[in-house]
Amino acid sequence: MSSVTGIVQIDPGAAGAGALRLGGRLREIFRSRRLLAGVCIVGVFAGVGIVGPFLVQNANTLSNHDWASPSLSHWLGTNEIGQDVFAQLVVSARASLEIGAGAGLIATAISILIGISGGYAGGIVDEALSLLTNVVLVIPTLPLVILVLAYVKSNSLLPLILIIALTSWAASARVLRAQTLSVRNREYVLAARVSGERAFRVILVEILPNELPVIVSNLIFAMIFAILTQAGLAFIGLGNPTMLTWGNMLNIAYNDEALSFGAWWWFIPPGACIALLGMGLALINFGLDEVLNPRLRVYRPGKSR
Amino acid sequence: MRSAAGAGTAERPSAEEEEAQVRYAFRKLGFYLVAAWVAVTLNFLLPRLIPGNPVEILISRMSQSGTIPADEDQVLTRLLGLGTGNIFQQYWQYLDGLAHLQLGLSITDFPTPVSTEIASSIYWTLILVGTATVISWVLGIVLGTLAGWKRGSKLDAIIPSTTLLTAMPYFWLALILIYLFATNVWHIFPAGQGYNTNSDIVPGWNLAFLGSAVQHALLPALTIVISSVGGWLLGMRNLMVSTLSDDYVVAAEARGLPPRRIMISYAARNAVLPSVAGFAISLGFVVSGAIVVEYVFSYPGIGFKLVDAVSNDDYPLMQGIFLVITLAVLGANLIVDLLYGFIDPRTRLSR
Repeated sequence: MSSVTGIVQIDPGAAGAGALRLGGRLREIFRSRRLLAGVCIVGVFAGVGIVGPFLVQNANTLSNHDWASPSLSHWLGTNEIGQDVFAQLVVSARASLEIGAGAGLIATAISILIGISGGYAGGIVDEALSLLTNVVLVIPTLPLVILVLAYVKSNSLLPLILIIALTSWAASARVLRAQTLSVRNREYVLAARVSGERAFRVILVEILPNELPVIVSNLIFAMIFAILTQAGLAFIGLGNPTMLTWGNMLNIAYNDEALSFGAWWWFIPPGACIALLGMGLALINFGLDEVLNPRLRVYRPGKSR
Repeated sequence: MRSAAGAGTAERPSAEEEEAQVRYAFRKLGFYLVAAWVAVTLNFLLPRLIPGNPVEILISRMSQSGTIPADEDQVLTRLLGLGTGNIFQQYWQYLDGLAHLQLGLSITDFPTPVSTEIASSIYWTLILVGTATVISWVLGIVLGTLAGWKRGSKLDAIIPSTTLLTAMPYFWLALILIYLFATNVWHIFPAGQGYNTNSDIVPGWNLAFLGSAVQHALLPALTIVISSVGGWLLGMRNLMVSTLSDDYVVAAEARGLPPRRIMISYAARNAVLPSVAGFAISLGFVVSGAIVVEYVFSYPGIGFKLVDAVSNDDYPLMQGIFLVITLAVLGANLIVDLLYGFIDPRTRLSR
């Protein structure tokens, strides 16, 4: 252990470094009810996404019971051509999860690479990467994705995941760059650099752990964002019409006048699933924050306010 | 906003500092000019890089409905503003057209120029999205400051529920609001359109039109505010919490300063900085959300036009709208960056 590590341990700002030792902190993790709730919600959706489609009736089966309100045989009623809404809801879960995880992970990886290296390197590298980030950033995601999809006209998931990931990393890269800019001049980072640590090690040991809460929260928001973007695209009719997703269900419900038929059981559940999955992810974010970021966890005694 | 104000003496910024400020402004301006050029160029390259050739798509669509003239592909190329000659000549024609605000002709509303189509719809979007975003940002910052300040209180405990709002699709919330307040449960608000088109109201500066427009804008605006306020609130709350444990806040408490002053002048002022920086970023997200909201409400803004253009394969209109939205968000970014450099002197330093 070098003297640098000693400095890190003294500096309270670097307490995030200790958060890497997640293994020994299981008790704390489960003390966070938010984290537990989030893991449960996302876990249920993941389970439904994996095994759900095998457990429900065929989501595409037509029946004569069109516009049926919820009952024991159709838990969430039926749509305008008698398809079971609950079965469709369950089958749709998988695509949303795939898109969220895929696009979220890719986008976060790109943002770490570009945001931290730019902020740490400074100078011309930073200028170039900032320019790249700004350009991707200022191009609003949805219009660009809409434009690209209008040209590509692809019906499979992979292009969609890639397009969403490639257009949505910039915001978190910018946050990470700003964070890195403020962290890189703190005493313990300066000390590490002065003592001759290589840039790669300084970033990995001194800077990255401090930004872990930001990265995790970025990842989770990237997932939520990808799920929402896909749903929005499907809703305006830019998804594969034959692939069941929550956004697609809403698109059909909206266009087939579910509103004027008062068929709330058709258009409320898909959006509720998106919101609930998003909330589950956000709760994980909250909970991890409590575990990873001691500043948020420790209560200040000041009662005077 | 400088610390000089607190000291009571009118401390003028040194010449060096002033120079740094000017240099910062020019650097930012340069950045955004380059960024604008990249966006404009991307807009030029997209239809040429991506395999789906708009001319072919249109011709294959036309051939389904009947025979097409032999020179149709050339006519279409001209209409789409794709230009002639090699790629550099095309690029020059494109830039030249752009300089004269020529974005090609709309296919849906042939032969209306795309620029006319955009001009007729952009004010709707600017007013609706602009107002809703500012309201949402201010609301989020104020509530976030209070929640972060009273950490662990009842107010803070309801914060997780705002994540439900953040994760809620804009358009789904719009559907529910229409169901509740327009079509099914209570018939308070109109369900769509920008103003009452069934009456003899003439768009313009008259009370009847403005009243009708505001009435029609309320539900879409409410949708945008509800869906976007959670993000601001959450970010501000978390930054407040981490700022509050900084040494200078503790020191201020130790000095016995009034809690209100600590909350606003010490903690919130520093915690709000990333939210200012994030304003322009989130503007892009809000604009994206607003596109879909406009679609649900059939609101005559630019987002509704975009979706319309997509479903009609109206490539010139699509690209024109993409360009306008992009340049608008770029401009907002520039303004906020300049402001940010003014508020936070640290960002002005080049290293």
